Amino acid sequence: MTTEGQVDDLTPVLTKRWLSPQSWTLRTYEQLEGYTALRKALAANPDQLIQLCKDSGLRGRGGAGFPTGMKWGFIPQGDGKPHYLVINADEGEPGTCKDIPLMMADPHSLVEGIIITAYAIRSNFAAIYVRGEALHCIRRLHAAVREAYDAGYLGKNILGSGFDLDVVVHAGAGAYICGEETALLDSLEGKRGQPRLKPPFPATAGLYASPTVVNNVETIASVPYIVNGGSDWFRAMGREKSPGPKIYSLSGHVERPGQYEAPMGTTLRQLLELAGGMKDGIPLKFWTPGGSSTPLFTAEHLDVPLDFEGAAQAGSMLGTTALQIFNETVSVPWAVMKWTEFYKHESCGKCTPCREGTYWLVQILQRMVAGNGTPEDIDTLLDVCDNILGRSFCALGDGAVSPITSGIQYFKHEFLALCESNAAQAKAPALAGAH
Amino acid sequence: MWTLTQMKESPAGTGPEQDAVDTSVFGADIVEKARQIIARYPVPRSALLPMLHLVQSVQGHVSQSGIAFCAAQLDLTAAEVSAVATFYTMYKRKPCGEHLVSVCTNTLCAMLGGDAIYARLREHLGSDGKPLGHEETSGEPGTTGSITLEHAECLAACDLGPVLQVNYEFYDNQTPESALELVESLQAGQKPAPTRGAPLTGFREVSLQLAGFFDGREADLDGPSAAAETVRGAALAAERGWTAPAMPDHVDLPAAPDKK
Repeated sequence: MTTEGQVDDLTPVLTKRWLSPQSWTLRTYEQLEGYTALRKALAANPDQLIQLCKDSGLRGRGGAGFPTGMKWGFIPQGDGKPHYLVINADEGEPGTCKDIPLMMADPHSLVEGIIITAYAIRSNFAAIYVRGEALHCIRRLHAAVREAYDAGYLGKNILGSGFDLDVVVHAGAGAYICGEETALLDSLEGKRGQPRLKPPFPATAGLYASPTVVNNVETIASVPYIVNGGSDWFRAMGREKSPGPKIYSLSGHVERPGQYEAPMGTTLRQLLELAGGMKDGIPLKFWTPGGSSTPLFTAEHLDVPLDFEGAAQAGSMLGTTALQIFNETVSVPWAVMKWTEFYKHESCGKCTPCREGTYWLVQILQRMVAGNGTPEDIDTLLDVCDNILGRSFCALGDGAVSPITSGIQYFKHEFLALCESNAAQAKAPALAGAH
Repeated sequence: MWTLTQMKESPAGTGPEQDAVDTSVFGADIVEKARQIIARYPVPRSALLPMLHLVQSVQGHVSQSGIAFCAAQLDLTAAEVSAVATFYTMYKRKPCGEHLVSVCTNTLCAMLGGDAIYARLREHLGSDGKPLGHEETSGEPGTTGSITLEHAECLAACDLGPVLQVNYEFYDNQTPESALELVESLQAGQKPAPTRGAPLTGFREVSLQLAGFFDGREADLDGPSAAAETVRGAALAAERGWTAPAMPDHVDLPAAPDKK
């Protein structure tokens, strides 16, 4: 129980219904305060909801941490154009596994958040772009949307408010890049999912070149709670610049991997304690704070507060709070090679630094892991990374270099060790008699 | 093979290069479904991705006929549709098996055994001493027990790794042995239940669902979705009596800011 001013170690908000039987049904959702926030929201002026979201300090849960209320406020009003709300449910950042369980367990919280958000930004059409591989999640979302239509929460004149909203559940088709918001929009328009040059930003020219808000699942699912609880309640959890609860996903070499919803700013040390510590007691070697695109942390970073500021100040990023935990037995160059193979495969091919860079990075890392590398390869890797970081169309390129540069920063000796056997061979005297 | 001359002679989307492809495999019911997909969106072209899932549900892959069909429905050229179909990994360009087995070999799953699982399945499904390759099929495509194998990128179930999917239903916490047993059952025509997801069907059936058609499949919704890992935090909080701070009984929304 919470005493004055103190907050419990775990703060189930988004995950609070997950233990209920048939938690995904409208019946369960309505029994547990479902759609009460919607009634309150529809009785208000849409601008009050945008202000509430700003006051709450809610920041995007898809990785970048952009202030959500500010994003909503960027949508020009009275411009005569249709406005769109697009939910980024294309969860695919390696290590990330929070949105799919959320949508399977409690799809109505997302649907209610969508209706409130669409009302706030004056949008009459919203799309949920879900990763195609998440089939069971797509089923549950479809059913939830259908139930919401039948109950009068979607469609024409919602609950007599005069507000109309249609929602479509849209299955992707297997492309990590579509998690990038402008690639997602192109994909939703029926094209190859390749990022657009920004500006213009989606707030002015998004879906079908109209003003569009693109938000992550966890972000929008938070909205009904903020409407009901208010911004002070939301800010009672987390830290000043990164308030609220957050689903931390622990995976890898940990005794009890899983989803843990805790206040923003919780540390890995605290989370590991809740999760029973390192698997079989083998010490921690490295981890990602928020997916493979966020620079690696080591055992030195166990006490870094995991919020947007804390992770950034320690040289990484909060990302999607996908904590992939690796113990001492795992080779850093091998892990980095595997991630780089992933980025190379998922590079959309649009821009040269990323397309060519990831191709060559893989070649070099594979050669090194095979024992055929040289210390100069490390310089080449860093040089290629330097030509990708900040020089690509989108963040995929930046993400691709994160494991490499951070891996070399903290574990250069492991990369050098891979070159030793090769160096010994090179030093052997040349055979005489060759011609 | 299309020659340059043929392409020049054919007006985009309507010319002989599309007439030459037989789309009769897509009957009136599929045309009707295509129309329903288009109706979901403010702009017709948004229907293309679901429509490609739809044609895949008919043929088990996206063929030239499938491409021509989508192009005709959306008034696009075959080239425009091909460009999209070849971009996404879930659209298969060769006929697939009854089942699609996808093994996550991204770093975390690979470390926990995903690489070993993939290697074991490649070996088992291969022939003549040659392991089965990525997106290759063991058995006659479409027949009972035929399997297309692929290595997949992160499947967003990292707390349950190593994972694999059969027709996009989850089989969690796998080992090379359990994965082999699963695949042998599939080959024998059985359909072992997934850890999370609906009772197993086939690759074509789920492609229809990905196109957004779930008629008669309401029971699928009750297929399990939460593993022990999924609800670990929620269960621990319940056990220890931890909650989020209580919400106030009533809180007013802030005033709307004055219009500048």
